Amino acid sequence: MSTVLVVTEQKYDAQKNAAISRISLEALAAGQALAASLGADCAAAVLGDSSAANELTSKALSRVYLLEHPLLKQYTPDAYNKALEQLIRATSPAWVLFPHTYQVRDFAPALAARFGQSLISDVIAIRPGPTFVRQLFQGKLNAEYHRAGSDSAPGFISVQAGSFRVEDLQPGTAAIEAFQVELADGDIRTKPSEPFRESAQTVDLAAAPIIVSVGRGIREQENMPLVESLAQALGAELAASRPICDAGWFPIERQVGSSGHTVAPRLYLAVGISGAIQHLVGMKGSKTIIAINKDENAPIFEVADYGVVGDLFEIVPELTKAINSAKS
Amino acid sequence: MKILVAIKQVPERDAQLSIASDARWIEEDGLNYVINEPDAYALEEALQLREQHGGEVIALCAGPDRVTSTLREALAKGADRAIHLASDTLGTLDTLALALVLADAIRSESPDLILTGLQSDDLGLGQTGVVLAELLGLPHSTLVLHVEKTATGIRVKRELEDGWFQHIDLPLPAVLTIQSGGNKLRYATLMGIKKAKTKETRTVEAATPATPATVELTRVFLPEKQKQTQMLTGSPAEIAAQLVEKLRSEVRVL
Ligand SMILES: Cc1cc2nc3c(=O)[nH]c(=O)nc-3n(C[C@H](O)[C@H](O)[C@H](O)COP(=O)(O)OP(=O)(O)OC[C@H]3O[C@@H](n4cnc5c(N)ncnc54)[C@H](O)[C@@H]3O)c2cc1C
Repeated sequence: MSTVLVVTEQKYDAQKNAAISRISLEALAAGQALAASLGADCAAAVLGDSSAANELTSKALSRVYLLEHPLLKQYTPDAYNKALEQLIRATSPAWVLFPHTYQVRDFAPALAARFGQSLISDVIAIRPGPTFVRQLFQGKLNAEYHRAGSDSAPGFISVQAGSFRVEDLQPGTAAIEAFQVELADGDIRTKPSEPFRESAQTVDLAAAPIIVSVGRGIREQENMPLVESLAQALGAELAASRPICDAGWFPIERQVGSSGHTVAPRLYLAVGISGAIQHLVGMKGSKTIIAINKDENAPIFEVADYGVVGDLFEIVPELTKAINSAKS
Repeated sequence: MKILVAIKQVPERDAQLSIASDARWIEEDGLNYVINEPDAYALEEALQLREQHGGEVIALCAGPDRVTSTLREALAKGADRAIHLASDTLGTLDTLALALVLADAIRSESPDLILTGLQSDDLGLGQTGVVLAELLGLPHSTLVLHVEKTATGIRVKRELEDGWFQHIDLPLPAVLTIQSGGNKLRYATLMGIKKAKTKETRTVEAATPATPATVELTRVFLPEKQKQTQMLTGSPAEIAAQLVEKLRSEVRVL
């Protein structure tokens, strides 16, 4: 029987306990669904930590491969690619599926290349075929991808965060199988240091009940008082998309998104933000989302409860005025 | 340090996109093309490294004739010379096939450092740099914000998720994909634009890739909505009044 192999990732808590990350559980759900549609098995791979592997023995998986080696304790692309190449050559899966994380972005394209393949990355849906759907132009358009040519090598897929549901992960029983990998110090060309955070936080965006968030639509730093007045009228905390923080108009601690903060306020008011997936993952859990954007096709409207298609330079001042007079 | 920056030309950010009639890509007629933004950060990092340590910055761009405008801009910003990898059909290649074409062109230059943006604004696959490293047999790092030269090679600051970072040491030569925001982007000066006219742009015919595509983009379509969005319309004042009403009675924050 052919196999869909899902390569999982772990998250460590403050006590350094390992657990399978949420997006990896989503990838496992995607892997199970793909396997079911193909009449295939679904297996998982865990690199580094056996405690994380134990967690998967209660899922409907044909096997949980455990790859333990001192050189897999800390992630490097060389160690991961070498270890996974050995596992894939030994087990010949039909498909290899990853969660689309920063770590996977760092090694999986090269792993696919070793098998003469291109990775279909950040997939948001899998349809019969199999057909893989991913975004183009930062979410403005979608595209369907298929494998072409021979399927003598596995197909490589990574799935985007929040696209598959952990609740769909089928329970069952799975056996752990230790897979011996051959790695030597000389295989590792890069030397990683311990992860760190930049500076002390002075705002707690995660605790803010109302957030006014500004994007590149604001155009110039001189225009920022426009949203500052709106935030003040609403008693809101200010946040921003990445380009605003990249430009230094706001400190990075006000950035919402995959490389910034994840927030879920009562109200998230997005002003001139297009709604790229890296931004959406940080705010789509908000209770109410209002978006102001001049482009009716901006992807932010896909998650907004209330939308205004229009020029923020006309709408924001009127809104601030209306809020102030409603309060008085 | 000899630094090669692989850059891509993409439709400008605010372009109104429409789907081509065969639904395999977008309608390209009438679009303005600019440098892919993360690639602009890659170029900036290269120029700053050269300013600190000396050496040479080479801009490489693959694509049809229109990409020469992006190469001229790179020269005007300070790149020393440019290579145009000419091809009208690169758009149909998958990541691996395209990286093979780029690797072929890069090999003869044997740079110390190869930089690309971490992903393109159009396809957004974010793989070219990593696959290039694999094909060239070089170590790599991705999502890099800053590069520092060390006694044995380089030390980079890499972005992790949720506001975390990490330093990584690499030997040279190496391939890095650059994340936005590590530097301020420079503008081309009038002087730079003038000087660019005297700099060399070499045109090389792109090699035909030896391998057939293994993945194929078969259909472009508009995304479906995940949520029922209530659109508010009217004059700015009318919209403001409706929003205030929602904020008061539905969202209950006023
Ligand atoms: C690995 C990685 C991590 C990332 N992490 C993050 C992250 O943590 N957070 C984040 O936000 N991004 C992140 N990004 C970047 C992300 O992909 C987008 O590029 C970014 O979110 C776009 O920001 P924006 O919406 O402000 O700008 P744009 O995409 O440029 O959108 C500007 C919007 O403003 C609208 N507009 C323009 N003028 C007006 C006007 N007058 N009135 C009304 N609307 C107007 C336009 O229609 C457009 O929709 C990351 C990217 C990568 C690759």
